[in-house]
Amino acid sequence: MFDTALLARLQFAFTVSFHIIFPAFSIGLASYLAVLNGLWLWKKDEVYLELFNFWKTIFALAFGMGVVSGIVMTYQFGTNWAVFSDKTGPIIGPLMGYEVLTAFFLEAGFLGIMLFGLNRVGPGLHFLATCMVALGTLISATWILAANSWMQTPVGFAMNGAGQFVPTDWWTIIFSPSFPYRLVHMVLAAYLTTAFVVGGVGAWHLLENTAYRRSYTMFSMAMWMAAIVAPIQIFAGDLHGLNTLEHQPTKIMAMEGHFQSHPNGAPLILVGIPNEAEKRVDYAIEIPKLSSLILKHSLDAPLDGLDTVPDELEPPVAVIFWSFRVMVAIGFALLGIGGWSLWCRWRGTLASNRWLHRAAVLMGPAGFVAVLCGWVTTEVGRQPYTVYGQLLTAQSHSPVDAPAVATSLTAFVIVYFLVFGAGTFYILRLMARLPRDPMPELEEGPIRSAGITPAQSHKGSAP
Amino acid sequence: MTIDLPFIWAAIIAFAVLAYVVLDGFDLGVGILFPFFPEKHDRDVMMNSVSPVWDGNETWLVLGGGGLMAVFPLAYATILPALYMPLIAMLLGLIFRGVAFEYRWRTRRAEFLWDGAFAGGSMVATFAQGIALGALVQGIPVENRTYAGGWWDWLTPFSIATGVALLVGYALLGSTWLVMKTTGDLAARARVHALRAAIGTLVAMGVFSLWTPFLEPAYLNRWFGWPTAIFSVIVPLLVLGCFLLLLRGLRSEHDSQPFLAALGLFILGFAGIGISFYPYIVPTSLTIWEAAAPEESLVFLLVGTIVLVPIILTYTAYAYWVFRGKMDPEEGYH
Ligand code: HDD
Ligand code: HEM
Ligand code: HEM
Repeated sequence: MFDTALLARLQFAFTVSFHIIFPAFSIGLASYLAVLNGLWLWKKDEVYLELFNFWKTIFALAFGMGVVSGIVMTYQFGTNWAVFSDKTGPIIGPLMGYEVLTAFFLEAGFLGIMLFGLNRVGPGLHFLATCMVALGTLISATWILAANSWMQTPVGFAMNGAGQFVPTDWWTIIFSPSFPYRLVHMVLAAYLTTAFVVGGVGAWHLLENTAYRRSYTMFSMAMWMAAIVAPIQIFAGDLHGLNTLEHQPTKIMAMEGHFQSHPNGAPLILVGIPNEAEKRVDYAIEIPKLSSLILKHSLDAPLDGLDTVPDELEPPVAVIFWSFRVMVAIGFALLGIGGWSLWCRWRGTLASNRWLHRAAVLMGPAGFVAVLCGWVTTEVGRQPYTVYGQLLTAQSHSPVDAPAVATSLTAFVIVYFLVFGAGTFYILRLMARLPRDPMPELEEGPIRSAGITPAQSHKGSAP
Repeated sequence: MTIDLPFIWAAIIAFAVLAYVVLDGFDLGVGILFPFFPEKHDRDVMMNSVSPVWDGNETWLVLGGGGLMAVFPLAYATILPALYMPLIAMLLGLIFRGVAFEYRWRTRRAEFLWDGAFAGGSMVATFAQGIALGALVQGIPVENRTYAGGWWDWLTPFSIATGVALLVGYALLGSTWLVMKTTGDLAARARVHALRAAIGTLVAMGVFSLWTPFLEPAYLNRWFGWPTAIFSVIVPLLVLGCFLLLLRGLRSEHDSQPFLAALGLFILGFAGIGISFYPYIVPTSLTIWEAAAPEESLVFLLVGTIVLVPIILTYTAYAYWVFRGKMDPEEGYH
């Protein structure tokens, strides 16, 4: 039952899902650190340096976890997906090669200076190092997403006698049809995810009443990000979907739960339970014609369903249907928080609205869930292919015996939960420790009315 | 004029692997030596001596892996499945030691755990790399563009021996690194370990030089056939020279000479392996030309490599320079 291919898929899905959690955070956090560092140099306000140091330690932990889980990914292409590597290596390989040369070395080369070198190189060069690390994470995302997008929408290649994909035009390969959309959507996702982590931590400390200026500063910065980026992300996601409809229509059918074709206007199924055996969505709550309106910008436009696709070329519907809905729901929830924060800011209650703070704490980890759901939609929706329309997943794996893969999968599961569980615990503990400011006059919270909590009234009584 | 792209690429990949071995070698070596330095303060200094650079060192491993996939995809697709178990062990070892660099400073209660993870992870990763090297030297069967052996083929007395030898070798790099970067009692004890590891490394190099040629007729011809037998005279002489320099450096308490001489030993050993392998990339099944990617891929990545590697080497050197000199035992990075 558990053959090598299935085990290899499980192992890849497991390890890459763990990996992406760290980039989603470190891409955003690296940029945030660069901004904090720049603000400190520009405004000479110590609060930015304190925030920089606070987040820097957390960044070091997350980045370390990203590095070690990433190295696993590079080697896994060969250990578990040997046929895939042999055939696509001439195309995927150079893209990842450029990722190493332009991004990984840059990150790693300047990371040491960014973390430990402020006193040795001085603030100017140290700022440069921080910017280089941030730039490295963005370049890294660019190349790996070029590789992944080519697997989703392969172009610019020919086949040779040995069955390998041979590049014919590198420019088209890198800028494959889905790449711009995927890059924008992923980088925004990383920024949004980080904004909500930072905002959640800031809100938590506002609720706890620690270090008012620092917690308010980070909360306010994060809420600006949320309010600006969330709507852009939804817009980008919509464009991404239209692009997918053009190049991977089967994936959209599965996301929408369209088992049947709709010759005159397809409904938007909000929720329901996909029933793959009966090829229908049970208990569906749907809005007539809305799907055609979103995807084709016309109420009566016809949309094909999965009945037009041979069964063995369909992706599993239920997984994609749900993961897509969770992502979209989170997207709108984040938009809601962003809007709410604008309203509070306008009313002058951003620092004092406890319900907003509680909601922000609750949504702190939501970005990660959305990122994972997005990737599951993307990757499971590509099935049954590894290279869409060209190379079947069932023909991509290594000639390794199933027990070997079962052993490694078990080992990865145990080690990842132990090691990254401990890391998450340390990160949470660091987040919880925002030491009180040594100079209380910096801590005056001007807005929240005194006397809500004992700590507050205590502080308020000492002018 | 035709340019032999696969040959150039074989040289570049070899360079990346060598860079990895000597760079990550010394920071893995520091981990291997952890059990010999039980004092917390010593361990703090040892770890701080490599924390600003270990990530960059490990990136050469990623370049070796990613580069192999790009330019010799067939080699990548046959060597990695053949070495499945040792490579997974190596990756797991690298996870434990990699996270220990940060975790160790985040807890007092569990510090000993992450010390153990650092030492254990470094040893497992090194041992697995040694085994992988041994298994590669022994040869990997390939049929129809796929690996044609079983998932335990890598396990032989020879590969176990290369695993142990690499542990000793990395311990040599690590201890001479400590000699260079630390002071006082710590440096003095590192010198003792360096001496032992140096003798061990020399013995191991001797043993493998005699053992390897009898594994494969191809290697035998290389080392005892004319004109390549010249190497059989030159390489051992150079090895001996490096060894003497190492001893002199240790005796005269020179800071960097032992480390540089140890690097020399590794470069020579690596050259020896290269001489045996050539022209194979998967001994003795595939030559570099048989495994090479299509020319379009080779050219595309070569352009970037020629431009970028010198830049990388420059800023990497700068990063080393920023953290140059002896460690100040009182200056904690964390
Ligand atoms: C959108 C972003 C993204 C995605 C989809 C991936 N990665 Fe990643 N990866 C990064 C973004 C990133 C990063 C931001 O550059 C990291 C995360 C934290 C870090 O240390 O660098 C990183 C680290 C990282 C490293 C360690 C780099 C080093 O030594 O410094 C490797 C080898 C990989 N990744 C490889 C992969 C592979 C083979 C992937 C595909 C299956 C993959 N990553 C998906
Ligand atoms: C980083 C975020 C990513 C996540 C969360 C992710 C998730 C997944 C999942 C869930 C699967 C299993 C799908 C299935 O078998 O049903 C998978 C498979 C796979 N993905 Fe991704 N993926 C990510 C990025 C990438 C990238 C960037 C690449 C390539 C450059 C890639 C290449 C592959 C390959 C080769 C497989 C194995 C074959 C397969 O099962 O389709 N993935 N991924
Ligand atoms: C609410 C509006 C959103 C819409 C309409 C939307 C749309 C989409 C679509 C259609 C895909 C699949 C594309 C494909 O595989 O071809 C996707 C993937 C993805 N989504 Fe979303 N999304 C939304 C919100 C979010 C949010 C809030 C996040 C994270 C914070 C997110 C993160 C991702 C990620 C990481 C992927 C996989 C990578 C990619 O293909 O870009 N999405 N999204």
